[in-house]
Amino acid sequence: MSGALVVAWLRLAASRVAAERMRLTDLDAAIGDGDHGINLARGLAVLEARLAAGDVSMEAPAPILALAGRTITGTVGGASGALYGRALLRAAATVEPGHVGAGMSVAQVAAALRAAVDGIAALGRSRPGEKTMLDALVPAVTALEAAAAAGSGLPDALLRAADAADAGAWATLPLLATKGRASYLGERSIGHLDPGAVSSTLLLRALADAAAGA
Amino acid sequence: MKKLINTPEREVDEALAGMAAAHPDLLRVEEPNIIVRKDAPRPGKVGVISGGGSGHEPMHGGFVGLGMLDAACPGAVFTSPVPEQMLAATKAVNGGAGVLHIVKNYTGDIMNFEIAAEMAQAEGIEVASVVIADDVAVKDSLYTAGRRGVGGTVLAEKIVGAAAEAGADLKTVTALCQKVQDNVRSMGMALTSCTVPAAGKPTFDISDSEMEIGVGIHGEPGRRREALRPADEIVEMLVTPILEEGIFASGDRVLAFVNGMGGTPLIELYVAYRKVNEILTGKGITIARNLVGSYITSLEMAGLSITLLKLDDELLRYWDAPVKTPGLRWGV
Repeated sequence: MSGALVVAWLRLAASRVAAERMRLTDLDAAIGDGDHGINLARGLAVLEARLAAGDVSMEAPAPILALAGRTITGTVGGASGALYGRALLRAAATVEPGHVGAGMSVAQVAAALRAAVDGIAALGRSRPGEKTMLDALVPAVTALEAAAAAGSGLPDALLRAADAADAGAWATLPLLATKGRASYLGERSIGHLDPGAVSSTLLLRALADAAAGA
Repeated sequence: MKKLINTPEREVDEALAGMAAAHPDLLRVEEPNIIVRKDAPRPGKVGVISGGGSGHEPMHGGFVGLGMLDAACPGAVFTSPVPEQMLAATKAVNGGAGVLHIVKNYTGDIMNFEIAAEMAQAEGIEVASVVIADDVAVKDSLYTAGRRGVGGTVLAEKIVGAAAEAGADLKTVTALCQKVQDNVRSMGMALTSCTVPAAGKPTFDISDSEMEIGVGIHGEPGRRREALRPADEIVEMLVTPILEEGIFASGDRVLAFVNGMGGTPLIELYVAYRKVNEILTGKGITIARNLVGSYITSLEMAGLSITLLKLDDELLRYWDAPVKTPGLRWGV
C-alpha cells in the first residue's frame, strides 16, 4: 500500500461518508443521538482539505495516516472521533515514518489494521459482541491476516476484509448494545444496526475499492 | 425544521461569539472554542473545567465565572468536544495548583477527556478527573456504559467551584466532587423530541398522547414509552426510583433540583416542584435548598428531570457561597 493509495482511500472515504451521512445519522438516531454521519463527514471534509493543501507528502504512508489520525481526533468529536483518530494514529505508528519503497505489504497492512483495532478496543474498553464498530473491524482484521498468510494480493485481501466487515456489521442487528449510548436503551437496542459498525464497513469498503482501482 | 439560526455549521461559533459579547466581565472565548473565566489563570487556585456537547445551555459555558467553572469546552451539538479543547482549557486555567476535570459519563466525553488528561500530564500539569454518573434511569451494570451524567453535574460544578474559589487543594476539591457524585441521583422524562440542527429533523417521533421515561439529555430515546399522565403521576414516576436508591432517608436534608429540558415553561416546573415537595415532606425529608429552572437542557425538548442531592454542612456551605456566572449568580 503506497502513500498514493492511502490518499486515494481517504478521499474516497470522505466522499462516500458525505454521501451516506444521513443514512449513518438515521441509524444513530434510532439507538444513539443522531449525529454519527454528520460528525464523521465534517472531520473527513477537513482532512480532504488538508490533503489538498499539501499539508503532508504523498509519498510515505505513515505521515499521511498520522495526519488523518490527528485531524479526525481534532475535528470529529464524540466517541467515534476519539476511536477512529486513535486507530489511525496506531496504524501510522506501525510503519516507519520514512518508509516509501513499494509501499506496505499485505502483512504490513494487516499489522497496521490489527494495531488500529487493538487501539479502539483499549480506548473503548470493549470487545466484539457488544454492538460496536469492533463487530465489523475484528472479523475484517482476522480475514486480512488470513489473506496475508495465504499470500493474497492487496486488492483481493482488502476485498475479503471488507466483506468480513460487512457481514459483521449486519450481525449487529440482533445484538443487545452494552457499550456506548445505545446501551442506555437496554433491549430497545435490539433490531437496529450499529452505526459504528456500518461506518467502519464503509471505510474498509472504500479502502478495498481504492486498492482495486489502483 | 424551524430554528433561530443562520446555518447549522456556524451555530456553535456564533453562540460563543454572542456569549463573549454578552459577558465580557465574566469570561472570554479563545481558540479552539473554549470559554475561559476572564481572570484565569489565578495563581495558586485549583482550576475546574468541564465540557461536553453543545445544546445543553446554560451548561457548561454558562457556569464559567466566579465560584464555579474556570473554563468550559463546548463540542458540536450533542457531540463531545475534542482533546485539543480540553488541553487548551487545562493550560488556560492552570494556576500551578492542578486542574480538575468534571466529566459527564458518556463514552465520547470519557475518551476525549482521558486523551486530554494524558496530554496535559505529559506537559507537567497535574490533572484529576471525577466522572458524574447520576441518572438512575440507566442500570449501572456490566451491560451498559454506566449511568449518564445529568442534573447532578450542575450541582457538582457549583459546589466544587466554590471550594476551589475558597482555596481548597486539588485533592480536597477532587474528593468533594466525588462526594457530590456519591450523594446525587436524577431521573428525566420527555414530552417531545428535539432537532439537532445539522440533522434537520427530530431525533425521534412521539405522538401527542405519549411520553418517554428515562431520557438523557441528547434527544436519545428513553428506557420506555408510556401514555402521557398528569404531572403529579409523572413526578411520582421520577422521584420513586431516586428514593429507592437508598441514599435518602427520613430526617435528611436535600437539595431538590427540578430542571426543564429546554422547551418546558417555568409554570410547569413549579407544578412539578410542588409535588416533589409534597412527596419528600411526606417521607420526612427536608428540602433545605432548591433549584427550579432550565439549567441542563436538551435543545428545545419539552420535559423535565428531577435531581436530589443529600446535603451536609460542607455541601450546604459551598452551595450557598457566592457565585457569579451567566447562568447562576447569588451572594455577590
